[in-house]
Amino acid sequence: MKVNDICGKIEAVLVCGNAENEFCGVYVGDLLSRAMSRVESGNLWVTIMSNVNVVAVATLTDPAAVILAEDVKLGEEEIAKARENGITVLSTPLSAYEICTKLCSVTEKEI
Amino acid sequence: MSENLKFHFDIDGSDFSSAGAASVMVKKKLRQLSYDPEIIRKVSIAMYEGEINMVIHANGGTADVEVSDEEITIVLRDKGPGIPDIELAMQAGYSTAHDNIRNLGFGAGMGFPNMKKYTDYLNIDTVVGEGTTVTMKVML
Repeated sequence: MKVNDICGKIEAVLVCGNAENEFCGVYVGDLLSRAMSRVESGNLWVTIMSNVNVVAVATLTDPAAVILAEDVKLGEEEIAKARENGITVLSTPLSAYEICTKLCSVTEKEI
Repeated sequence: MSENLKFHFDIDGSDFSSAGAASVMVKKKLRQLSYDPEIIRKVSIAMYEGEINMVIHANGGTADVEVSDEEITIVLRDKGPGIPDIELAMQAGYSTAHDNIRNLGFGAGMGFPNMKKYTDYLNIDTVVGEGTTVTMKVML
């Protein structure tokens, strides 16, 4: 399933990167060391952290997309860094929980 | 491989926004060289944790990475405060990071546990008041 396929369902807009990325699996969490060891390549990573360190962790773990919950925004510097490293970032007003329930209903057994 | 690949980095301890840059650089190099993704993942996680530790606790330091036919060795040296109780520092969830650091998403207390989990060898050489040298190896 592609990132593009779930954008509308979770009310997300593409901040930067490639919505054509295929994803598989989801990780939710804000503590960077946890995310660092738990986000798998190709996952969707849902977080409310928006500093440049999120971009570093994403660069090291290769998620298909980082989903910023609760309308959290990346700054210009962070967006530039994400672009530079080919990181796909989405932003949505939904909470992490709401994102997950919607992902469950649209993806069913696909992820 | 005739000669081991070596990388050296100076880790800036004053700039949180560039924390992790050395790990990202090593990851890119290893990927260019087509190393196994699982090996790259281990090296990335372990080195990132060490790099972040140096920025949070030790005002920076140096990182040296050496790639041989058998293993990847990461040596992180700092002149920080040292670690008074390594056993405590190794405990998952234990952290001395301040609130301003935690607000950035650090301070999970998973630094050393992650370094141990994702490497085949971990040695911590520390003297309180003088500094810490962390040596890690990932076998190829």
